[in-house]
Amino acid sequence: MGQTTAEKIFAAHLRDEPFPGTRVLDIDRVLCHEITTPVAIADLEARGKDRVFDNTRIKAVIDHVTPAKDSKTALQAKMLRDWARRHDIKDFFDVGRNGVCHAIFPEKGYIRPGFTVIMGDSHTCTHGAFGAFAAGVGTTDLEVGMLKGVCAFREPKSIRVNLNGALSNGVYAKDVILYVIGQLGVNGATDRVIEFHGPVVAAMDMDARMTLCNMAIEAGGTSGICQPDMVTVDYLWPFIQGEFASKEAALNEYSTWCADADAAYDKLFDFDISKIGPQCTYNYKPDCVKPVTEMVGTRVDQIYIGSCTNGRIEDLRQAAAILKGRKIADSVRGIVSPATPVIFKQAMDEGVLDIFMDAGFCVTNPTCGACLGMSNGVLAEGEACASTTNRNFAGRMGKGGMVHLMSPASAAAAAITGAITDPRDY
Amino acid sequence: MKKVFGGPAIVLDRSDINTDEIIPAKYLTEVTKEALQPYILEDLSLGDFDPKGALLKNATVVVSRENFGCGSSREHAPWVFEVNDIHTIIAESYARIFRQNMFNCGMLAIELPKADIEKIIALEARGALQVAVDLPAQTVTVTAGSAQETFSFEISPFDKALVEAGGWVEFADARY
Repeated sequence: MGQTTAEKIFAAHLRDEPFPGTRVLDIDRVLCHEITTPVAIADLEARGKDRVFDNTRIKAVIDHVTPAKDSKTALQAKMLRDWARRHDIKDFFDVGRNGVCHAIFPEKGYIRPGFTVIMGDSHTCTHGAFGAFAAGVGTTDLEVGMLKGVCAFREPKSIRVNLNGALSNGVYAKDVILYVIGQLGVNGATDRVIEFHGPVVAAMDMDARMTLCNMAIEAGGTSGICQPDMVTVDYLWPFIQGEFASKEAALNEYSTWCADADAAYDKLFDFDISKIGPQCTYNYKPDCVKPVTEMVGTRVDQIYIGSCTNGRIEDLRQAAAILKGRKIADSVRGIVSPATPVIFKQAMDEGVLDIFMDAGFCVTNPTCGACLGMSNGVLAEGEACASTTNRNFAGRMGKGGMVHLMSPASAAAAAITGAITDPRDY
Repeated sequence: MKKVFGGPAIVLDRSDINTDEIIPAKYLTEVTKEALQPYILEDLSLGDFDPKGALLKNATVVVSRENFGCGSSREHAPWVFEVNDIHTIIAESYARIFRQNMFNCGMLAIELPKADIEKIIALEARGALQVAVDLPAQTVTVTAGSAQETFSFEISPFDKALVEAGGWVEFADARY
């Protein structure tokens, strides 16, 4: 019997099986941010165990509220900063060099096919785009990860999602994943890995694959996983060229993590993506998904383009293509947050930020901020936001606010009219 | 430290209660568990549910439906229960990260089939719910007025070991 990608990764990282069905894995990357890590740091200190298992495999960033908005967030940042310095964690990104965790860590080349990755953040599943097993965990799992370099999981069962056909005009990775979540339901993949296959994924660049895997958690999935291929190798090449004689050699090695043809899946879904148009959410659960065409005219007060889901350069380019030469409606505020300083600068150099600013957008620094209603664009009660983020829970972006999740192109179209709009009209 | 399980229960009769409802993100700027205490279930959308009400204040057990604790990985969700002395949750199913966070803190996230949850919710009509947990026997006994019913639950040996050890840090520190 063949193996899924997750089964191969688990087998290669198995440290212990303390009980049947429980796999304790060695972890290649323990990622940290300032919201969920400080309590772990304080607990380790209180236990007299202020140590780290390997300061080269731990990466840290201040991203959720940055620069600090008040004394409390300043303290969280300080606790992470002091800890990183104390343990000589070189890959620590502070104000000015910091970006949204699931954008900046891949950008630095830290995630490789076959890796195990944990972080105290549910959207850690993003990194499965590289053919890694990447799971969001709580602070206690993170704490043990920091101290011991291990994490426990149940046996990995996988759901195979075949994305057949091709993306139509105006349809992006965000539309695909919203559609998939709508089909699977918010707990359709609980305790499962979602393994993405098919020509639609094969044709996606890494930015799009990260968008796809980012929202696996919204269907309950432990990790999203794409199959490593030459697109993966091309993205990683600047970081791995010293390790391989050629890209083909890298591909040969990375391909060993691809699922076997006879791997066993818990469930199998085939979706004809050619048939779907732009998608967006209604109501307060991420599986409440409709075609944008059925939501056209729904009023919004704010447009938010950014986050670990859709704050990468491709996302900004897609929105800018629609905004170019146009103004946003008087009735809305537009906010764009490039997810990392590199993306920010790239968008600046390409003139993408000029387009946003000329259209009337506010350009903010890289941060998670508004996505979870912490800073930089919190909604007032009764307001609605067309957002490229990942969660439309009641109150997520501000108490009493409504969030409509959609692609950057759809969000840009909504900015122009002040209501949900089919991006294919532009 | 080992937790106390069972006691007076409150029913949160809805599926998909998410971590933003359990503890809104604006309170994630706290760096101690104790500071979260006043904000429990502050944003829960559930009829006339009152997060400051006596029923929640007295409860040490929460009973709910499917996919409890979905959304964020924030352990602040189990912590806000922990610092309000709620160490037992009984639901049809959980989001993975929330469930693991509960066991990692040495607390109980008990899964019961839909039919059993329905029975417990029906018992509420008979009087205030009182839950007794027998972890070795893997049963919960629910009393309401003169009515009483016992339900068996499954728990993985690993999760049981975490509860017995007092949590994952204790377990992992002793073993790795």
